[in-house]
Amino acid sequence: MLRVISANRALAEAVKLARPKVVPVYPITPQTTISEYLASFVADGELKAEYIMVESEHSAISAALGASGTGVRVFTATSSQGLALMHEILFAAAGLRAPIVMGNANRALSAPLSIWNDQQDSISERDSGWMQFFAENAQEALDFILQAYRISEDQDVLLPSMVCVDGFILTHTVEPVDIPTQEDVDKFLPPYQPTHSYLDPEHPMSIGTFTDPNYYMDARYDMEIAMEGAVDVIRKVNKEFEEVFGRKYDLVEKYECEDAEIILVAMGSICGTIKAVIDDLREKGEKIGLLKVISFRPFPREDIYNAVKNANRIAVLDKNISMGIGGVLFNEIKAKMDVDASGFILGLGGRDVPPEDIIRIIERTRNPTDTQKINWIGIKEEE
Amino acid sequence: MTSIGATVKEPGSSKHNKTGSWRTFKPILDKEKCIDCENCFLFCPEGCINKEYDIDYDYCKGCGICAEECPVKAIKMERE
Amino acid sequence: MEIPEEEFLAPGHRGCAGCGATVGVRLALKMLGKNTVAVSATGCLEVITTPYPETSWKIPWIHVAFENAAAVASGVERALKSQGKDDVNVVTFAGDGGTADIGLQALSGAMERGHNLIYICYDNEAYMNTGVQRSGATPYGASTTTSPHGKESFGEDKPKKNIPMIMAAHGVPYVATASISYPEDFMKKVKKAKEVDGPAYIHLHQPCTTGWGFDPSQTIELGRLAVETGSWILYEIEEGEFKITYRPMQRKPVNTYLESQKRFKHLKEEEKDRIQEYVDQVCAELKI
Repeated sequence: MLRVISANRALAEAVKLARPKVVPVYPITPQTTISEYLASFVADGELKAEYIMVESEHSAISAALGASGTGVRVFTATSSQGLALMHEILFAAAGLRAPIVMGNANRALSAPLSIWNDQQDSISERDSGWMQFFAENAQEALDFILQAYRISEDQDVLLPSMVCVDGFILTHTVEPVDIPTQEDVDKFLPPYQPTHSYLDPEHPMSIGTFTDPNYYMDARYDMEIAMEGAVDVIRKVNKEFEEVFGRKYDLVEKYECEDAEIILVAMGSICGTIKAVIDDLREKGEKIGLLKVISFRPFPREDIYNAVKNANRIAVLDKNISMGIGGVLFNEIKAKMDVDASGFILGLGGRDVPPEDIIRIIERTRNPTDTQKINWIGIKEEE
Repeated sequence: MTSIGATVKEPGSSKHNKTGSWRTFKPILDKEKCIDCENCFLFCPEGCINKEYDIDYDYCKGCGICAEECPVKAIKMERE
Repeated sequence: MEIPEEEFLAPGHRGCAGCGATVGVRLALKMLGKNTVAVSATGCLEVITTPYPETSWKIPWIHVAFENAAAVASGVERALKSQGKDDVNVVTFAGDGGTADIGLQALSGAMERGHNLIYICYDNEAYMNTGVQRSGATPYGASTTTSPHGKESFGEDKPKKNIPMIMAAHGVPYVATASISYPEDFMKKVKKAKEVDGPAYIHLHQPCTTGWGFDPSQTIELGRLAVETGSWILYEIEEGEFKITYRPMQRKPVNTYLESQKRFKHLKEEEKDRIQEYVDQVCAELKI
């Protein structure tokens, strides 16, 4: 069924279809409407779940982890400061191998305070052991939630997932979204049946134990193996998703990459703008392509390399910055493959990225003066 | 090899750790004097005294609470 | 009162000889039984009972972090409810630091939301797991590693934060104080907490041989002296009704309690007098 809705609504619809048993949430702009939609679904009896209105994001993720520990499917959502407040427990959730799925409305981190979009919040949690999937539009937000449960709950993965949607740009704009039937979702996503750990008086287990140097490192090693193995699980789940719903996904999306001389690499909603610019430039005969990274964690290095290796130059666009070294996606790509790339920081704190900026990036990539330079796009002094 | 999430699936498995080796003083109960008050059973931090007042020396750390709390001084602490 | 023999906390744990916390947990679990899930905050109890690959817990148990035990328990309780397992008891064990300080927000939230859970604060009046630093529950005059006595200090200069009354102000159906040295009183309270529909809070006073500085054999005696001197008062608040559950026959001088612990050894007469005055005042208010 096609409906014109926001990404927050699409995300909430996906959660409803996934049938979580417990939903602890705390409001924060621009995530709040996800929590509100879920509250109304529960109030109307459309979603049979325990909805817990906790007193902080720290408690939201803590309650989610406690609930997941009993062996049920859970969901929570947050943004920015809320995600930062969760930081400690994000590591605990991954370490306890809890397949929690969370929606994150990407927003800038304070200070100065900004409620607007960039991707610094989730990028800053890149080492937490959570998988991160970036949606370009509302349809992907919905589809990625359903797939995230399958991937996280896979016995070979057992790591939590974050589905990232750009704040306001996606969360508060509407577009047509195909909402699948419950029947199809039930076919794709069976109930969660944990075996690795669960709280049950019939089978007493101790979860969250204290490990000494003999054990801690091996537990972390296992998480890395699971994260790397998630790449294959994602491919498998993508395929099964296509079989049921007809929409095809991969860890990355290649747009006009085949013969491209310059390839832009980006994540999230900005990919829509880039695609429109590429369409215009292609009409003028310019060979430009886009590589959209959907799965930021696990990091699909082979997929990225295979897509960009034949291009003359690539440009990596980051809505985040690791101070002193530049955009995180740019630096990770540079670290993992031998490619000729320039890095661009843009769109921080909701700074608009119009098509002209994309054209400017392409020009600067074509003739770089210094590939080590952190290129800022849209800084006022620059004009 | 560490279990997934370092979860422990053997309840009460700390029993494999015999803390009796920590002990310097050993409680000896004179059952003749015992008045069945349950104090030693209740107050033992290890839970290693049962309702028959048998002391499990595999675990007794020799803290001396049982001797101290015995109202008829039926438990004596003796150096190992 | 018939006390079950079955133990739900196995021996072999790494608690100090004379540990009061494990006495409290043992007694509580005897009342709660097998059909119970325990949640622990980070702290002594968590560390000594679950050194991987071992656990002392014979019931399901989870630990996540220091400040969030009440939030984790909230999630556990609702998740069990969602599975129709409403009959399972959910009990939280957290120390005084994890309750009075870093965990207070999560605890307040859980109490206010009305989860059907039992929260037991095992109060040894300082951060023992990290080496005896002062907490909000450290009593006036106690010397700790972060409130040391010295030329210009007599130790902790604030009275103990009154957490049970803060919990009572949440309007929860059951709040009680208890002491490991009065097992029957404590266990009766755990039983009531278990039967109550909604949040129950028990603040369990628990002497710590290592942190307070006394011989391990004196753990129970110290808890008794706290109560017999009026330094710790045993009461319960059931549906808003306050009741003293134990009255010392004749209150002993506070000094008998203070002088048997290293943490109070440095106190001068005037400071001890001040503590006696404070205790007298509290006891007068409660008619003890």
